[in-house]
Amino acid sequence: MHISPVLWQFLVKWLTNSALFPREASTIAPWADALYFFLLLITIVGVTLVSTLIFGFSIRYRKEKHPVAEHIEGSTLLEATWTIIPLALFLIVFVWGALLYFRIYNPPTNAMNVYIVGKQWMWKAEHPGGQHEINALHVPTGRPIQLTMISQDVFHSFSLPDFRVKREVIPGRYSTVWFEATTPGTYHIFCTQYCGTNHAAMIGEVTVLTPEDYKKWTQTSTSGMSLAQSGERLFASMGCNACHSGNAAARGPSLAGVYGSKLQLTNGQQVLVNDAYLRDAILNPSQHLTAGYAPIMPTYQGQISEEGLIDLVEYIKTLQTNYRVQQTLTTSESNQAAPVAPGVVKP
Amino acid sequence: MDNVTVATETHAAHEEHHVSLPQHRHHFETPEQQREAGTFGMWLFLLTEIMFFGGLFFAYLLYRNWYNPAFVAASNQLNIPLGTTNTAVLITSGFFMALAVWAAEVRKKTFLVATLLLATIFGLVFLGVKYFEYKEKWEKHHIPGASFDISEFVNPPRDAKTGKPVEEPLSPDMAQKTQVFFSLYFAMTGMHALHMIIGVGLLLWLIPRAQRGDFTAGYVAPIENFALYWHFVDIVWIFLFPLLYLINRHPV
Amino acid sequence: MSTTSSTILNLPDQKTATIPKMNYITKEDGLWSWLTTGDHKRIAMLYLISITFFFFIGGIFAGLIRLELLTPQADLVASDTYNKLFSMHGIVMVFLFLVPSVPATIGNFLIPIMIGAKDLAFPKINLLSWYLYVFGAIFILAAMIWGGVDTGWTFTTPLSTHYLNTNVVPAALGVFIAGFSSIFTGLNFIVTIHRMRAPGMTWFKMPLFVWSNYAASILMVLGTPVLAITLTLVALERTIHIGVFDPTLGGDPLLFQHLFWFYSHPAVYIMILPGMGVISEVMSTFSRKRVFGYTAVAFSSVAIAVFGFFVWAHHMFIMGVSNYSALVFSLLTMLVAVPSAIKVFNWAFTMQKGSITFETPMLYSFAFIGLFTIGGLTGVFLGSLGMDIHLTETYFIVAHFHYVMVGGMLMAFMAGIHFWWPKLVGRMYPESLSKLAAVTSFIGFNLTFMPQFILGYLGMPRRYHSYPAEYQVLNVLSTAGATVLGVGFVLPLIYFAWSLKYGEIAGNNPWQATGLEWQIQSPPLTENFTETPIVTQEAYDYEWLANKTQHEVTTVG
Repeated sequence: MHISPVLWQFLVKWLTNSALFPREASTIAPWADALYFFLLLITIVGVTLVSTLIFGFSIRYRKEKHPVAEHIEGSTLLEATWTIIPLALFLIVFVWGALLYFRIYNPPTNAMNVYIVGKQWMWKAEHPGGQHEINALHVPTGRPIQLTMISQDVFHSFSLPDFRVKREVIPGRYSTVWFEATTPGTYHIFCTQYCGTNHAAMIGEVTVLTPEDYKKWTQTSTSGMSLAQSGERLFASMGCNACHSGNAAARGPSLAGVYGSKLQLTNGQQVLVNDAYLRDAILNPSQHLTAGYAPIMPTYQGQISEEGLIDLVEYIKTLQTNYRVQQTLTTSESNQAAPVAPGVVKP
Repeated sequence: MDNVTVATETHAAHEEHHVSLPQHRHHFETPEQQREAGTFGMWLFLLTEIMFFGGLFFAYLLYRNWYNPAFVAASNQLNIPLGTTNTAVLITSGFFMALAVWAAEVRKKTFLVATLLLATIFGLVFLGVKYFEYKEKWEKHHIPGASFDISEFVNPPRDAKTGKPVEEPLSPDMAQKTQVFFSLYFAMTGMHALHMIIGVGLLLWLIPRAQRGDFTAGYVAPIENFALYWHFVDIVWIFLFPLLYLINRHPV
Repeated sequence: MSTTSSTILNLPDQKTATIPKMNYITKEDGLWSWLTTGDHKRIAMLYLISITFFFFIGGIFAGLIRLELLTPQADLVASDTYNKLFSMHGIVMVFLFLVPSVPATIGNFLIPIMIGAKDLAFPKINLLSWYLYVFGAIFILAAMIWGGVDTGWTFTTPLSTHYLNTNVVPAALGVFIAGFSSIFTGLNFIVTIHRMRAPGMTWFKMPLFVWSNYAASILMVLGTPVLAITLTLVALERTIHIGVFDPTLGGDPLLFQHLFWFYSHPAVYIMILPGMGVISEVMSTFSRKRVFGYTAVAFSSVAIAVFGFFVWAHHMFIMGVSNYSALVFSLLTMLVAVPSAIKVFNWAFTMQKGSITFETPMLYSFAFIGLFTIGGLTGVFLGSLGMDIHLTETYFIVAHFHYVMVGGMLMAFMAGIHFWWPKLVGRMYPESLSKLAAVTSFIGFNLTFMPQFILGYLGMPRRYHSYPAEYQVLNVLSTAGATVLGVGFVLPLIYFAWSLKYGEIAGNNPWQATGLEWQIQSPPLTENFTETPIVTQEAYDYEWLANKTQHEVTTVG
């Protein structure tokens, strides 16, 4: 920003206290506000210019003062001027806005991930450490937070106005947004996509804590099982480990370390294994066949909730070895004891 | 200064100057203007119909791309002999319609009525064949909804001779997507059939009037403009048939 | 013609003037003659009555919404009721008022006359188009009476297809049918303008009002069918569950968004372009000058129509469209803003070296220019990707579109109705009362919607029944403004009705305007002209008018 930071702070504080302007609570907020002030400036200049022309001409050429109108066809110079200058201004706004957009929707790689599930009419936040919140979100300052969001039913939209970020929460696929909070406090969460009867009640609070306070909070609010642990349970109980056991002769590919890797599919495509891929592979396996494997995986569409899918995705993300996969495989079969040492299990 | 002409033509004088058809609408200056306006209007209307069907075609192309295996398997369920017959029937109907336009222009009343009748009959044959196609889908439980059955796609029947499945078996989730194909199939062919039914209705209105001689005394606009509509409906089918029935068809 | 008075109004001597005995109103008597008419002028009046009725219905819904929003709590109506209120306000205002407003009333009445024709190309289709409007409106009314519809005017899936038990199908059907009304109006206009111009009336001699309606007609004809098929798919999805928009069956709800906005964005240009046409006529008449840059304005209208087809996804920037498509649509959105800017400056410069008077149509026109500039520039805020993230789905959007639609389009409609009222009915409206109404609605409008920009930036979401307490002051201001705005619209209803019996007789050309419509009697004959005009003058040729007035040719009355 080319304005002195002191002046900026003063301006923003004055505006915020007047209840006419939201607080700036994230690192991106000042950037958004800068664009907003530029746009306001253009608008004020534009409206002033047009009003001056109208009022000026009205006074100068009113009938009493100017009884005979003069014929004027036009002026190519003027047409060019008021085509080029607005176009130039709008293009500046376009570039600035595009840069801001890419900033807001491209999270940094070290972002801490929190899952958000929206449903009529509440927000569920799932922290990887196993903290579950409803209509609330606790985050630390000074750390980029990525929200991976999905809807269980209709379109919703997760909005944090004081952070200047918002993204649609869509049924059927993940959408993401990120922010870095700067100031401890509580801020609004709104659902901004009309979603039925209690759309206006689908609101909550983001609580921004200092890193120390946040650490304390995570310790006191955990449900005891991290998402990955819940995912491990689900992985076993749904029978995923039967095919994805990690054996050489297994019917499904090993999932250890698969997250973040590039996978070769039977149709020749190479895909990056990310959250969206994993979720979709569970629900529509036939479109995600790993090369060398038969299309026998059943679909789990309708059998696992979005939270369950999140648990599984978290689990697979953290999976480095198949030791516990195989452990849970044998312990789920009632007449066999767990192996003494990690190793191959009799098929 | 004279920017408004002082016209002296009275209605009688007007008739002396050209043959005034009884159907000449008096907000038009000349019958030519009326005819041109009518044709232009019909072309514009057909443009709106293109936009209307366009939405469905767009959805179809999108989903065909996303769920290709399901769409290929589902489209192989369509009856090619019946579809081809229908294509031939519709083209023939269009041919008779074109002949009807000529008949009206050269004022051959009996021929006009005959060709209009033939166009209608072939149109009805098309609809009849469509009925049988839809009935087949009903019997095989391929109508989208509660009774939709994907078992044929998951476990395709085997060829008697080679013992191999006639179709690549689909996994259950991909097999579910065949429902999307059939939804679009019924939406697109159904919308097309609806336009055919409207066309047949219009033909049934035109034929008695043709018999009365309404269109063989110089006033051909309804026949011409209806022919445009009928040819359009024909063209929509000519797009539907390959897109729904023919592409990715493999030898049985 | 007085050179010292501050008005250009030139009425015949009221002691001796009478309404011409033969005109399109007196031609035939009886309701049946009106309901079976082919006369574009009668059809225009039928439309005027119908859309005015629905405007007030939509307005009542708006009043109830603002009433509820006086307090932060949801305390006036139940949530479902509130959702129905804003949905039906939107559906009625967009489809039953704004889309037909200028084209179906003023356009229908005047386009044939302005180009020297006796009627539109297809009078029966014109009448059909009114009946389609009525049937569509009846279905929408039915949806309201049977319990309402709460999908929002945008019918977003999968909410509208799978999660609501309200009267979605009747409402969608009503919109579908009303859409065909719009298509046939547009079709009629295009054929008429292409084929029925009087001898000498070339494209570039036509009034700019005709150009604007032509551009809007292109949009009506090409865009509305896509809405029709989209709503058909929604209805099919609801009734027989075809699954095109259902993610659990493999469908894509985002497909609906693309299909819906492909029409609904051009729709906003359908709504505004005819209004812009009115402004051209009014600015010219009350400056006594040709519109500055006639060709630029004409081409800008067409440019807006063409570009308008390529920006639809700017309603979907945060919905998961790819970054690249977002870039393309944002860029195109910036481009579509330029022709509107060109027009605004051309209108302003029309006043330069003119001879300006401030009758009511001119006041509404000024309101349009100022408010449309604000509304249009706030559209640039929204077209800017990063800014849209914060502003979309908030009250900023609500304020933006009300500025362009109400501050823009509705003001233009009022300008047009006041300007051509003497031509439509042969009598003048009362000038002082109308000025009062204009100023009242201007003040009321700004008070209602300016606070909403601030609310939007603060983050208040739209379609919210209740809201955090800190937003109350701005909401109260907004509701206060709405009350004033309401008065500003009720007044015209009263005085226009009054003027039908007691208004001053207008004569042919009370505004001393150019344009073929002002050279014939008020109200016009059914056949418009006694003899086909042959046009040699340019549009807005005040010299020709001055010459003509000197050698006055009387028309049969």
